[in-house]
Amino acid sequence: MSPKGEEANLKAEEANQETILEVRNLVKHFEVGGGLFGGPAAVVKAVDGVSFSIRRGETLGLVGESGCGKTTTGRAILRLDPPTSGEVIFEGRDMSTLSDAELRGLRRRMQVIFQDPYSSLNPRMTVGQIIAEPLSVHRIVPDRAARDARVQDLLRHAGLLPAMARRYPHELSGGQRQRVGIARALAMEPSLIICDEPVSALDVSIQAQIINLLEELQAEFGLTYLFVAHDLSVVRHISDRVAVMYLGKIVEITDRKSLYEDPQHPYTKALLSAVPIPDPAVEAGREHVVLGGEVPSPLNPPAGCVFHPRCPIAIDECRKGVPELRETKPEHRVACIRV
Amino acid sequence: MEVLLDVRGLRTQFHTRAGVVRAVDGVSWSVRKGETVALVGESGCGKSVSALSVMRLVSAPAGRIVDGEIVFKGRNLLALSEEEMRKVRGREIGMIFQEPMTSLNPVLSIGRQVTETLEIHLGMTRAQAQARAVELLSLVGIPDGARRLRQFPHQFSGGMRQRIMIAMALSCDPALILADEPTTALDVTIQAQILELMKSLSRRLGVAILMITHNLGVVARYADRVNVMYAGKIVERATARELYGNPRHPYTLGLLRSVPRLDEPRRARLQPIPGQPPDLSRLPAGCSFAPRCFYVIDRCREQVPPLDEAAADHLSACWLAKDLHALTPAELDAR
Repeated sequence: MSPKGEEANLKAEEANQETILEVRNLVKHFEVGGGLFGGPAAVVKAVDGVSFSIRRGETLGLVGESGCGKTTTGRAILRLDPPTSGEVIFEGRDMSTLSDAELRGLRRRMQVIFQDPYSSLNPRMTVGQIIAEPLSVHRIVPDRAARDARVQDLLRHAGLLPAMARRYPHELSGGQRQRVGIARALAMEPSLIICDEPVSALDVSIQAQIINLLEELQAEFGLTYLFVAHDLSVVRHISDRVAVMYLGKIVEITDRKSLYEDPQHPYTKALLSAVPIPDPAVEAGREHVVLGGEVPSPLNPPAGCVFHPRCPIAIDECRKGVPELRETKPEHRVACIRV
Repeated sequence: MEVLLDVRGLRTQFHTRAGVVRAVDGVSWSVRKGETVALVGESGCGKSVSALSVMRLVSAPAGRIVDGEIVFKGRNLLALSEEEMRKVRGREIGMIFQEPMTSLNPVLSIGRQVTETLEIHLGMTRAQAQARAVELLSLVGIPDGARRLRQFPHQFSGGMRQRIMIAMALSCDPALILADEPTTALDVTIQAQILELMKSLSRRLGVAILMITHNLGVVARYADRVNVMYAGKIVERATARELYGNPRHPYTLGLLRSVPRLDEPRRARLQPIPGQPPDLSRLPAGCSFAPRCFYVIDRCREQVPPLDEAAADHLSACWLAKDLHALTPAELDAR
């Protein structure tokens, strides 16, 4: 390879290492109860000190069960629910220190795709209007004719026929609606897309279509994804790295291969074991660790490690201190004192 | 094994402004004593309407069972009076739905809801019903029953509410339970708990289960026999092992290929089934799956393939059922 080619390679390597989003000690608390005559309000610690970073062009999967704080984490990053504390550094800038105007500009680069495309699309607007709206509001494409052309282009990228622009959301199937949601997100020319359970409301045969589409768009536009989901098989397929959340905290974070081949945290192990494999021959020979109990209320989380009441390997010490997320192997961090 | 429920040529239709929707279009299936049978398919395939038809709960006047027989313990349920049918529902056939919160009454205590069926169907006294209710809760893994019975649905988690639904479904010792997406709304660790519970109860009490689900993993782990539905028809039926090991219908094959599997090496790309499920009021001529089928031949667009034996104890509604595995990728490309 020529020295020049080597240089270009190094540059590409550096670009790959560039951190696009860094989340430091993110906290989101909600107050419930209390009020005028009530007693002191209780605090739900929905997200309780979450830190991770995402490199440009990669997909970080964020998995966990309902109430673990994965969706709230995404919303706090987007400032749809501004975080209680912590830092969100996106493309080198701390979002909490920006003015409203600066924030608007930066937010354009960070888009979201929701689980239920039906409730996130205005039923009174045509598909074309839905996609064109951000283009005109943000003056991305102020010229009308150019905007129509851009809408057609976006529809094509999302795998829809240009004629779809004249349809209304209720005339579309779930998969088509999700494609419209994707086209709308792409309209803003984002660098990061937060995908919040983007396929969990879709039928199995349609899920694969949307996952393939997300992967194609990532390659074409160099997108970075934060992929929030509860389906561990889907997350394995799409993610480069994976973070597992439980009751507001990340309990394990590493690259895809380590997480699925060598899970360390007892919760991750239980989650993986609970996923049924679509093959009776395999299922018959599998050992199932059925986790007892249920996720405790985030209003009153257990002392010490939040997982200890359900943990098969908990010891007395687990009740005392909150385990730090520490590196057990290179690039593999686990919040458990037993590993 | 003795056949408990035998559904023959069932047709259920809905009259809508868009036309007649053939939700269930001439299906036959059966459940034997004590076994777990799955009806799998995607939304709109007719699996839930099939179960509602068995219970005669299809909402009139839009929905109507227009043809077929539903023979349960030797009696055709479609020939029973409404009064007689009420005795079957809840007593001889129990039901569990996806969302327990919507099937439990929010303003009645759990105790009232569990004991009500016992008093009505089995003629128990309040005290007897109360004692039986505590027993039922402990059977489904809810300790401290006497206290829990005084509580209301909102005081229970989703998993606990589903346990209560199971307790209620079991309360009159039914021979069969219809479970419509019983764990779809639950988290994966809770799903595992509920399914293990259903499996062990089914074994201990000898109750048969009709499991309606879209989840191929759940079916693989828990069903003895499987019926795959598409656009109102059964397209494939076999034992779970045979069906997954040797699928004989392109739709089943497509479903199995489209899901990522944790036990297999990660594939670069998923293989989705192209296109969308059809509009049931405007079904294409011939096989309903033909427009999305990888293996389609001219005949598929003209004639509806019957559900026929493709191998021993293995039915498939596909003209190419016997040759699916023999077709090489090159032959397919040539199409």
